Amino acid sequence: MEPLIEYFYYILQNIINALQRGSFYAVISIGYSMVYGVLMLFNFAHGDIFMVGTYIGFGIATVFLAVLTGLVPPPVIFLATVVVTMFLASWIGVFVEVAGYRPLRQAPRASAAITGLMIGIIFETTILIMLGAKRLSFPPLMEKVNYHIGGIYITNVKAMIIIISLLLMLGLHAFIQKTKWGMAMRAMSYDFLAVPLMGVSINIIAPLTFAVGAGLASVAGILYGQAYPILDPYMGVLLGWKAFVAAILGGRGSIKGAALAGYLLGFIEIFVATVFPSTLRDFIAYSIILIILTFRPRGFFGMEHSTKLRL
Amino acid sequence: MRKIAVLTVVAFSVAMFFSSLAFAARKTIIKIGINAPLTGDIPKVGEGTKYAAQMWLEDIEKAGGLEVGGKKYDVELVIEDNESKAESAVKANTKMISQDDVLAIIGPQSSKQAVPAGEVANKYKTVMISPWSTNPDTTLDRPYVFRGCFLDPFQGPVVANFITDEFGFTKAAVLYDVASDYPKGLAEVFKDAWEAKHGEGSVVAYESFTTKDTDFSSQLTKIVKSGAQVLFTPQYYNEVPLIVRQAKDLGWEGPIVGSDSWGSAELVELCGEACHGLFFSSHYAAAGAKGDTKAFIDRYEKTYGYTPDDVAALTWDSLQLAQQAIQDAGKLTGRIEKDREAVRDALTRIENFDGITGKMTFTEEGDPIKCAVIVKINNQGEFEFYSSSCP
Repeated sequence: MEPLIEYFYYILQNIINALQRGSFYAVISIGYSMVYGVLMLFNFAHGDIFMVGTYIGFGIATVFLAVLTGLVPPPVIFLATVVVTMFLASWIGVFVEVAGYRPLRQAPRASAAITGLMIGIIFETTILIMLGAKRLSFPPLMEKVNYHIGGIYITNVKAMIIIISLLLMLGLHAFIQKTKWGMAMRAMSYDFLAVPLMGVSINIIAPLTFAVGAGLASVAGILYGQAYPILDPYMGVLLGWKAFVAAILGGRGSIKGAALAGYLLGFIEIFVATVFPSTLRDFIAYSIILIILTFRPRGFFGMEHSTKLRL
Repeated sequence: MRKIAVLTVVAFSVAMFFSSLAFAARKTIIKIGINAPLTGDIPKVGEGTKYAAQMWLEDIEKAGGLEVGGKKYDVELVIEDNESKAESAVKANTKMISQDDVLAIIGPQSSKQAVPAGEVANKYKTVMISPWSTNPDTTLDRPYVFRGCFLDPFQGPVVANFITDEFGFTKAAVLYDVASDYPKGLAEVFKDAWEAKHGEGSVVAYESFTTKDTDFSSQLTKIVKSGAQVLFTPQYYNEVPLIVRQAKDLGWEGPIVGSDSWGSAELVELCGEACHGLFFSSHYAAAGAKGDTKAFIDRYEKTYGYTPDDVAALTWDSLQLAQQAIQDAGKLTGRIEKDREAVRDALTRIENFDGITGKMTFTEEGDPIKCAVIVKINNQGEFEFYSSSCP
């Protein structure tokens, strides 16, 4: 192969790598932004909600694979796993809102913010106590096929992760733009004082927001289990923090911004390691983000009014 | 007057009686500390440590105690969880030394905890034997710290030689965790050994990541592009399956070789067929073992339901070493500082100790001279003896 073409493939391969990584950041960081839009605080338990969602997905997938294999084709099992997991994980989101945030709605913002951290630790230790510290291996929901196209390698799993993440985000966009509930969420993020006066209760919209965020995170968890099939109770911590960085970078409360920043973060991480020695990856990647924030303190799509917030 | 005198004598003798009882009670228990990662990143390692220690204790209890200088002592294990964190390992050692008055400590297992924990043990003059830590710093300039395994600088050349002899390759790639002592140390030693053999620049890709990373795609894409013939990755069993699978997804076709950190019973469970046929250097191989080693493996399998990994075997040997040193010390005075010193001195005198992971004699640094084993993961997912390399 000519060096130039080889280099082109090399870049293309890394774009695919970055799209996969970025998909996870994007889908998870949306959860931060949605909650921020409605409650004006960051749900620091979100990384651990993702983790619990992954474990739920693991349980459902194991059961479905054991019961349904042979009866229905694999894509149906996959779809059933996603739907059931999403449903169950939504209740985790509702639980976090009702048990963790609602009692502290009038409390100082800082107290509400650290509630999330504590719920996160409670989730981690609960899983640890229930399942032990042993690593679990997420069962593959489809047979992996590796395609070699030109100079690049792409598996069907990778392609599926990228496509499903995009579909999820499009679905969420439709939900927020087209439905009554979505409109209520947008209204709440625009003015959280006036909207309850119009008869839209925060006690319905807030849990709904958490539920949607948790549902998305759990699907991300299933996809994560396909790409990186090793589960441990602390898997949500680092990913949660990085997705949080993406949420800030995208602009607080902006769902579009969170999604784009998630992909950007994936690209920065992958390409920094491509160009520079990988030892310097996080150092350079997060320095770049710091510089971006210095020039755009509100992130890419941060709204003007979000600066007079209480946190 | 007479009454008072009698009372005094009675009171005195009663006091004497009880104090001698108390003295005796304190003296007849030997406490051994176990500093193990029961939770955290590598809980399987902690489990193996605990199980091996419990088997050892069973033997002692069956014999009615540990005989030292013609006197039987009860043995008690103090098992502390270090959560696979350096700071917790230091805390656990401090607690066991200062509060529990342990005579010796076995553990911590990984270098990440053993290097800082060894500092504490040495400072308080308590014998510590780390069964599994291969980083030179663990025992360096620490007269009270020993180990049950060989060192990274030894393992690096062993793997480099093995790859060269077995495959005849000249270009290697390395992928390691830059934030963890053990992989980082071993990666460096391997690179030096490989370049000494095949010339400057023969390690064509030297890539790293940080602990908890799960995506290695950019590093592996680089490695695939570099034209390397073999990938060396001295990582732990929770990362190896991810690395191996992602490498294959990205078009890597060459062999992937690892080090003793691969040798956990959980590796194959997590990795599945992707890991079949791969090689790593280790302390012992369960499949095809003979003699005492086989007896240990059979007993462990019977009790706990799975084949013991090298951590369990090394922990077993370390406990035997500690036991022999305590017995060789001749006599325990009951004064913990003095006894700890006596145990240390006895440990340095041990020669040609016949362990289940090989014969051991300690160097002045407290490192044993022993052989390494190259293990192949066969198609049944068992760790099979492939070849051995002695210093």
